[in-house]
Amino acid sequence: MTDLSKTGAAVGEPVRAGEPPRAFLEVRDLKVHFPTDDGLVKSVDGLSFQLEKGRTLGIVGESGSGKSVTSLAVMGLHRLGSRGKNVQMSGEIWLDGKELVSASPDEVRRMRGRQMAMIFQDPLSAMHPYYTVGNQIVEAYRVHNKVDKKTARRRAVELLDRVGIPEPNKRVDMYPHEFSGGMRQRAMIAMALVNNPELLIADEPTTALDVTVQAQILDLIRDLQKEFGSAVVIITHDLGVVAEIADDILVMYGGRCVERGPVDKIFYEPSHPYTWGLLGSMPRIDRAQTDRLIPVKGQPPSLINVPTGCAFNPRCPYADVPKGGITRTERPELHEVGGGHFTACHLSQEDRTRIWTEEIAPKL
Amino acid sequence: MISYIIRRTIAALVLLLVVTAVTFGIFFILPKLAGQTADQLAQQYIGKNPTPEDIAAVKANLGLDQPVYVQYWDFVKGIVSGATYDLGPTTVRCDAPCFGYSFKDHIEVWPQLTERLPVTLSLAVGAAVLWLIGGIAAGVVSALKPGSFFDRSAMGVALAGVSLPMFFTGQLALLLFSYKLEIFGRTYVPFTENPSQWANTLFLPWCSLALLYSAIYARLTRSGMLETMSEDFIRTARAKGLRERKVVVRHGLRAALTPLVTVFGMDIGLLLGGAVITETVFSLHGIGEYAVQAITANDLPPILGVTLLAAFFVVFMNLVVDLLYATIDPRVRLS
Ligand SMILES: Nc1ncnc2c1ncn2[C@@H]1O[C@H](COP(=O)(O)OP(=O)(O)OP(=O)(O)O)[C@@H](O)[C@H]1O
Ligand code: SF4
Ligand SMILES: [Mg+2]
Repeated sequence: MTDLSKTGAAVGEPVRAGEPPRAFLEVRDLKVHFPTDDGLVKSVDGLSFQLEKGRTLGIVGESGSGKSVTSLAVMGLHRLGSRGKNVQMSGEIWLDGKELVSASPDEVRRMRGRQMAMIFQDPLSAMHPYYTVGNQIVEAYRVHNKVDKKTARRRAVELLDRVGIPEPNKRVDMYPHEFSGGMRQRAMIAMALVNNPELLIADEPTTALDVTVQAQILDLIRDLQKEFGSAVVIITHDLGVVAEIADDILVMYGGRCVERGPVDKIFYEPSHPYTWGLLGSMPRIDRAQTDRLIPVKGQPPSLINVPTGCAFNPRCPYADVPKGGITRTERPELHEVGGGHFTACHLSQEDRTRIWTEEIAPKL
Repeated sequence: MISYIIRRTIAALVLLLVVTAVTFGIFFILPKLAGQTADQLAQQYIGKNPTPEDIAAVKANLGLDQPVYVQYWDFVKGIVSGATYDLGPTTVRCDAPCFGYSFKDHIEVWPQLTERLPVTLSLAVGAAVLWLIGGIAAGVVSALKPGSFFDRSAMGVALAGVSLPMFFTGQLALLLFSYKLEIFGRTYVPFTENPSQWANTLFLPWCSLALLYSAIYARLTRSGMLETMSEDFIRTARAKGLRERKVVVRHGLRAALTPLVTVFGMDIGLLLGGAVITETVFSLHGIGEYAVQAITANDLPPILGVTLLAAFFVVFMNLVVDLLYATIDPRVRLS
């Protein structure tokens, strides 16, 4: 294990349980398990990361890797509703010095929407069809601010204007279905920002939008982050999105972190075979048509019968590379391979560097 | 919105015309197609042993020997401006809206309907209030704690409610609470005369009817609520930091109950056309009982009258539902 003092970056080594947090947002050994008829679904199984205000963390991973479950856990949204009492959650989530996993539901509720806010993937279904966009923003504002409707409405118009919605005075009284997809996502962002949250989580904020609108929304999020100085978590399965906007990247696989580090390291010196696969499957304009898109072969792991050892093992092309006596059933723990750069793979440093520079990088 | 209202109203009027035409066709064209002569047809409108004069009078009054469209036109004219029945020695003036004349009972149909409508209306509205409160409350609580003891028992009762016939539950309640314990009266008293007596007599029929309907509404509410509470916008509402109670009421219920408006409109429309079984079981002299009497006596004009009235209520409630829907769901106004 490395010296903790070296990891000043946003993504750092987990501190031991119970210790006071070092970062604005600190997730330690988070586990979110859902009991189902088929067995216990281990959607998130021991995840740790840190994030400072003013920085952006990108969480990437294929469908089902536990990205949304992680973000909903931070927001305290798993325990609500009729299915809420079955969820098994453990670990620690520290936000601004407060631990959320052990906090009472009402304490977390009061932070939700005020200190931490969330943007969802599909703004059409994420907004209530029967209320005007303005009323939905007003509602979000008035939950945490004792102001009259007029003041709240002025605030809604102001935010709609800020997120680039033309004629906000008129639009404020329109319904979500009267907005275009991009406008809806802007309105959603306005709703999330209405209380100046210190943490903003965006779960696939651009997936439902077409490419040009995607870029605009990402620009907007970046600008707003600069302006508000908040911490941003952006979740996506599109590495292109995080390349543009994130400071740090966390790669998830089967409910665990397999690699994390500063964005440059992940793109130019990635160290985990799964990250190599993700990079290889990234569509790029400058890549020849013939050899673009090499998808990661095989199926995502079962979250009920998680493979012993490395969860990526069944799909990993380098599973059989000798690892100096480490057996297949031994689970690789995250360890630092460079400044603030961590990986969970048994490959030796030499093998890793050799495979990356000789086999992977030339093909990208 | 205004144009939407106008369009729906016109559509409702057209629908009403079509419905009356079809009803009329069933009463007057089908028998002709089946080969009945005008004389045979006329005979059905009169009691036993009709004289040739009676038959001739009925034939003339109903225009049975005329083409059906003339007959229909006369009938519509009667509704709008009244009609006069020439019964040989006497003539009867049937004021607008003239819904026909019973040659068997020697009485106009419309006053019979208006006399009975308050009974049916009282029954339907009172029961509706009960079943809406009971059904929706039970459905919501069940949906919020699916699989809980309350959920299981409520759904058990609901299953019993829909499967037990009114003949059974109604008779049982009547026997126990009215005949044996003598808590509830059995003679209908108009609300305007004595409200407490009115409620006292109607209480058992309300409950019996409400048991049946709240069972259906509880199940509808439960499934609607379960579905909406897993919608994305519920998650958004929670993400704002709203209290769970507000999430349920303002965001969940609002969306879950919308489809119920349609069902409710239909149910009320149908009930106003006569709660046949309930009225029979509890001997309430409402529209439904009138229909049963007319059918038993094979007296066609009252049957036609009740049918048209029922059709009117259904079409009318349909219109109400359409308009309500547009105020509830803004997406409807567009199309
Ligand atoms: N309430 C729940 N009960 C049971 N399993 C659940 C529940 N919520 C999520 N899961 C499971 O947890 C796993 C991770 O889900 P999650 O939504 O976090 O994936 P994701 O990484 O966000 O994927 P995507 O890119 O498709 O959004 C999935 O296999 C999912 O089926
Ligand atoms: S630990 Fe082995 S199987 Fe897992 S990613 Fe590394 S090389 Fe592949
Ligand atoms: Mg997701």
